[in-house]
Amino acid sequence: MTALLAYTIFGLVTGGAYAVVAGGLVLTYSTSKVFNVGHGAIGMVMAFLYWELAENRGLPQWVASLLVVGVAAPLFGLLVERFVMRRLAGAPVGVTLVAGVGVLVGLIGVAQVVWPPQARPVRPFLDHLGVHIGGSYVSGHDLVTLACAVLVAGGLYVLLNRTRTGLAMRACVDAPELASLYGTRPHRLSALSWAIGSALAALGGILLTPVVQLDYVTMTLLVITAYTAALVGRLRSLPWTFVGALGLGLVQSYAVAYLPSSPGWIAFRAAIPALLLFVVLLAMPQSPLRIGGVRGSRGVAVPNGLATGVGAGLFLGVAVALALLVGPVVAGQLALGLVFGIVVLSMVLLTGYGGVVSLGQFTFVGVGAVTVARFGSVSPLTLLAGALVAAVVGAVIALTVLRVSGLYLALATLGFAQLMDKLVLQSPIAFGVRGSVQVPRLVESPAAQLLLAAVVFALVGIGVLAVRRGRLGRRMIAVKDSSAACATLGVNVRWVRVGVFALSAGIAGLAGGLFAQLRETVAASDFQLFNNLPLLLFAVIAGVTSVSGALLGGMLLMLLPVLQSGFPAFAGVAVVLLGVAAAGLSRDPNGLVSWLFRAWAWRRA
Amino acid sequence: MSTVQVEGVTVRFGEVTAVDDVTLTAEPGVTGLIGPNGAGKTTLFDVVSGLRRPSAGRVLLDGADITAKSPHQRSRAGVARTFQRLEVFGSLTVRENVVVALESRRRSPRLAEGLLDRVGIARFAANQADTVPTGAARLLELARALATEPRVLLLDEPSSGLDRAETDAFGELLRELSAEGRAVVLVEHDMDLVMGYCDIVHVLNLGRLLVSGPPDVVRAHEGVREAYLG
Repeated sequence: MTALLAYTIFGLVTGGAYAVVAGGLVLTYSTSKVFNVGHGAIGMVMAFLYWELAENRGLPQWVASLLVVGVAAPLFGLLVERFVMRRLAGAPVGVTLVAGVGVLVGLIGVAQVVWPPQARPVRPFLDHLGVHIGGSYVSGHDLVTLACAVLVAGGLYVLLNRTRTGLAMRACVDAPELASLYGTRPHRLSALSWAIGSALAALGGILLTPVVQLDYVTMTLLVITAYTAALVGRLRSLPWTFVGALGLGLVQSYAVAYLPSSPGWIAFRAAIPALLLFVVLLAMPQSPLRIGGVRGSRGVAVPNGLATGVGAGLFLGVAVALALLVGPVVAGQLALGLVFGIVVLSMVLLTGYGGVVSLGQFTFVGVGAVTVARFGSVSPLTLLAGALVAAVVGAVIALTVLRVSGLYLALATLGFAQLMDKLVLQSPIAFGVRGSVQVPRLVESPAAQLLLAAVVFALVGIGVLAVRRGRLGRRMIAVKDSSAACATLGVNVRWVRVGVFALSAGIAGLAGGLFAQLRETVAASDFQLFNNLPLLLFAVIAGVTSVSGALLGGMLLMLLPVLQSGFPAFAGVAVVLLGVAAAGLSRDPNGLVSWLFRAWAWRRA
Repeated sequence: MSTVQVEGVTVRFGEVTAVDDVTLTAEPGVTGLIGPNGAGKTTLFDVVSGLRRPSAGRVLLDGADITAKSPHQRSRAGVARTFQRLEVFGSLTVRENVVVALESRRRSPRLAEGLLDRVGIARFAANQADTVPTGAARLLELARALATEPRVLLLDEPSSGLDRAETDAFGELLRELSAEGRAVVLVEHDMDLVMGYCDIVHVLNLGRLLVSGPPDVVRAHEGVREAYLG
């Protein structure tokens, strides 16, 4: 009984901190209609800043927290709102998501440059002020956390329901133009909500630091937990969000208390937020087919069969020349770039043509790699097996997550990636007890690897273009533009979407197999959840609507770690630039390659 | 020869009842469905085409209950529609829009030209669909619907965006389509078109069926004037 009480209190405390973070997320979303994927990252950077002030510079804790929560975080929120998000008002979900991912990756870059990896203990608040409740000890920090949660809940309630500003904020969600006719200023309100949202992310981050350790990724991914809580309130209702957050805290706490502590169960505990995310998503009603308004996008020109053949021939010619000319190290790197290029091709199909933003594509690469590694054979057929297994997993996932669409769908794929990461890829099922597996190479020399990757890239590229020109391609684009019209024309929208998702997962799985045999040793860390974010960024920056964009994206993706090991500081800056570029480019899905092509066409004209 | 019936259909959005216990039948020929804005016309189309589940009531196609069927199943059973707020596939060309519909029925893409010609927009065939004028986009939706060989055709304000000559040509097309045995249901604000081409007219007001009858009867009805003029 005592233990139950203790774990309940502990769960409520953690849930209270989640509630603070989730409250900020809901506030910004409900007033600006932009879902901030970087919300957790803001909390992360602000928690580092707090460490810098309170622990490294020795400021009193309350001064440091006041500076961070009251000054730095709101200022940062204002900057993001002014220079990134305001320009995205009314943009499609994919665009705002990519901009958010850009902010997220940029912030991680900043944190890595300013605060290089090392242990950074943070003192809890009011450590001497604990109380005993029924035989269990509640620390001063816990009391502070609970008090903050209550204050935030009360404050947000009063702000939204009892003040003019709050009323105007709620009005702006529905019709910003209309609200501005009545004298409110939507930009100001949106800026205010971003300032408050960032402050809450910072507060949540600081409160959680003594509990979860200060590192770049854990706190950044707190956005999944916050999102799960917010989803309980359908991203709108603050009270339900708080209920969701407290519930999550309790479930996690009870899981620590009452589930066995074998490795499998520990992995299971870490996956609880993602699992609950799925439960909440499954409980949501099927999203209705949206009706109203013409949607269309201008892709780059799709080459016909002849142009595709000539392009593929040229590409393979260059690949052969490079294989003959460059040294083994460069050949290996180019092969890796091409393998990443195949992963981006899978996104050209899914995101570029199909309009579905996936934050879990790299996970399918992992599935393909595990399959090939487990077969351990040198037959090229294992590559196909990897693709097939990834496609089947993709279809199963699609059947679950495609109930929802747009933002919900993208975040569901992120949840799926976390689930696979914690439950499958990091468990002995995938890479054995040692955590890594040896894979025999299909071809030996790096030059041969380069040619193999080039041939597969060319084949997949030809295939993707053939799909685009053909019946399935037309159908995918029709479903993207108007799923309602498709349904009334007799197209089974659900199966088209599941099919595209599975096909795309299969391509990613094929790339995973190539990756595994190229690397010779693969481990769970090669496919961690976080890799999905730069993947999406590079795909969008390079151009997610064309095969040439996929080639460029793959090469950039290969270059990043090369730079990171050679010039660590520069790599950090590169990541920041990437974030900025994504935020800027996200309005044009055709990316850098279309700029290059346009420049070329202009030069010739 | 096809008939579509709605029986006691009610649609509620929270507190608001958009369609209130409406029963009506559309037989082969042209059936008009008119009423002021907010009368529930488009909602009724959504119910018949399957995009919205009614809170109560049934939809019957040639006597068979299709209320539980999904939109694409209804399309295969012969129901097609156009949209008041355009739903053309903006990234595809006008021709490709029709081809998508043809392919969903395993019909030859080569039939697209004939369909575009029939509704009078063949000159736009190669244009991207989000660039054509509104009137042409409405006709494109009609061509796309016809590509599925529908027995029941629901047209939601098809003439808005057309000029007088085009509207007249459209009226003649309506007559042809219904003469081929289809039940054409027309939601329309152009009263000349409704009164000139419909065999029977149903008037909705605030979600309820106000009156049904031939154009002359409806025109003379007191309640209709009130509903429109307030």
